Amino acid sequence: MTFIINGEEQQVAAVTLADLLTALDYEGEWLATAVNGELVHREERSGFSLGERDRIEILSPMQGG
Amino acid sequence: MLTLYGTSVSSRLLLGTARYPSPAILAEAVRASRTDIVTVSLRRETVGGKAGGAFFELIRTLGVRVLPNTAGCHTVSEAVLTAKMARDVFSTDWIKLEVIGNHDTLQPDVFALVEAARILSGEGFKVFPYTTDDLVVAERLLEAGCNVLMPWCAPIGSAMGPVNLPALRSMRANFPEVPLIVDAGIGRPSHAATVMELGFDAVLLNTAVAGAVDPAAMAAAFTGAIDAGRIAFHAGMLEPRDMAVPSTPVIGKAVFS
Repeated sequence: MTFIINGEEQQVAAVTLADLLTALDYEGEWLATAVNGELVHREERSGFSLGERDRIEILSPMQGG
Repeated sequence: MLTLYGTSVSSRLLLGTARYPSPAILAEAVRASRTDIVTVSLRRETVGGKAGGAFFELIRTLGVRVLPNTAGCHTVSEAVLTAKMARDVFSTDWIKLEVIGNHDTLQPDVFALVEAARILSGEGFKVFPYTTDDLVVAERLLEAGCNVLMPWCAPIGSAMGPVNLPALRSMRANFPEVPLIVDAGIGRPSHAATVMELGFDAVLLNTAVAGAVDPAAMAAAFTGAIDAGRIAFHAGMLEPRDMAVPSTPVIGKAVFS
């Protein structure tokens, strides 16, 4: 399916958000995810089904002021 | 002790974690500052990237409380979603709420700020709003559920120091019971001492330490200045006078001619 991941269009074979993270080699308890502007909690990712052209944000901790 | 949303902390310096020359120097500065609270952010992680993880681990080892921010957000919805994502990652309901309204001055959009503060407070967040020194906005933020206010004293990163002392004085006088933290615009320790002398409860800064030649030494200098300002506020300072007043008593002075 085609997704917009962190602003970039990408084709990934994934049914759930957890699948997508694995497919793209994202791992770690520090990641935060949102789909189409809504937070998807860590524990909800494996049951969260994705759709064509879903907008997915994958964020992680960064230095900040 | 300073109490923020029921949590007491001994340090009155909140330190940002950005712009240090290296993670090791950031860690040194945090330790030298003896701060209890550091600010952090969230950004897009690159595919397969591990940058966030390394930073996350570094912060954990420092043993400080984390105050995530919504830096870079320009709308209510961006700020609210970022706050929720930060809570998911950092496991804290504290959020430094920034909604930027002007690209050049990084002045907060106070209308969006109040709305975002109301939404987040309603969802259980403990909101630390980055705001201006406007009293009416401050009142609205308190009504929205904020128990702490963080007015700027000058634009972020400008190092100008407090540009409107009467406004800061007025804020302190209007909200005597609200923890007030000066956030943004501090450039040097004397600026921090000045706002602490006005009775502000704490100072949040980043660039003034991170951009110093020796960040750890500057962090320690700020801590000293903040302590000095706080003690001076409680000790009761003299008000300026127009005329000289001799400090040495004139009674009993010798007359030589």
